[in-house]
Amino acid sequence: MKPIILSAFLALTAVPAIACETVTAGDLTIDHAWSRATIGASRPAVFYVEITNAGAADDALLGIATTAAGMPMLHQTQVTDGVASMPHALSVPVPAGQTTALAPGSYHGMLMRLTNPLKEGDSFPASLTFQNAGEVTINVEVLSMRAEGPTCSHAGQ
Amino acid sequence: MQLTRLQKILWAAAGLALLCYGALLLFEKPVPAPQVEAPFRPTFTLPDADGRLRSSAEFAGKHVLVFFGFTNCPDVCPTTLAEVAQVMDDLGDRADQVQPLFISIDPERDRKLGLDEFTAAFHPSILGLAGDAAQTSATADSFRIHFAREDDAAAPDGYSMSHSPSLYLIGPEGDWLRQFTYGTPASEILADLQSRL
Repeated sequence: MKPIILSAFLALTAVPAIACETVTAGDLTIDHAWSRATIGASRPAVFYVEITNAGAADDALLGIATTAAGMPMLHQTQVTDGVASMPHALSVPVPAGQTTALAPGSYHGMLMRLTNPLKEGDSFPASLTFQNAGEVTINVEVLSMRAEGPTCSHAGQ
Repeated sequence: MQLTRLQKILWAAAGLALLCYGALLLFEKPVPAPQVEAPFRPTFTLPDADGRLRSSAEFAGKHVLVFFGFTNCPDVCPTTLAEVAQVMDDLGDRADQVQPLFISIDPERDRKLGLDEFTAAFHPSILGLAGDAAQTSATADSFRIHFAREDDAAAPDGYSMSHSPSLYLIGPEGDWLRQFTYGTPASEILADLQSRL
């Protein structure tokens, strides 16, 4: 009984959310990695993240891999003449000196063929492949279906 | 001073020209068209998840927030429905004057995947509607919105949907009041609704 209460207590007091963790790779700083909870595993999930390139050279996000989904892909929501579509993005530019956001209504990872339903509070690792920085793994926090982004105490978001 | 015959003719011609010009100015003014444009009243008759037919007339007296989407949509649709859910929460005791609708533009697949569990995950007040192809087209035509199936070998089931991502607000008399373009913050939608309720 006690360990259950203790772990519940720890879960509630785990203040620094996973989505607020920062991973660095060379000139890149990656944080705010989050996803939305899903109903079951038959619908695709989403992946959002922020990448800051402090270097002098442009980089690009080329792909995403995760154990959470059999077919993760980069997509871009485009609204053209009042119609939204979601074409596959071959790469996401990460220009020098800028922060690039995979965010609602923009670039995002589409996680198809989910291994398991994503539950709020869960997390899963995602490996991002960059043209220059190589492969970087970050923990992705599953927020509620109604989330519009993580709330982090540090700057950004 | 005696005017010569030629001078008289010239003066008369000049006078006539002036008259013609004046007349032209008077009659050339476009007659204002009568501004009694009929109100735009989009309508629908679509089954809900239980198969019961629901129609626009049923929601007379309420403000109706309409979103066209599909449940397999990972980005635009959850983002918008999350905003709608926030608006409904923030409306408090006036929430019963607003009916949010999610109209599927991918009805066959959405009925299979489950319409109610999807809308309920955002807010219990959101009513999901999914008709057959003809009912869906008729509704889209009535709302003057666009949707299309996009073949995409990489997408689930080999296709995705493109669609108008705005939220539409229908008034208590069924009149189209306005649209909120994709990405309008929940607070703006809330403020607009509060000014009307």
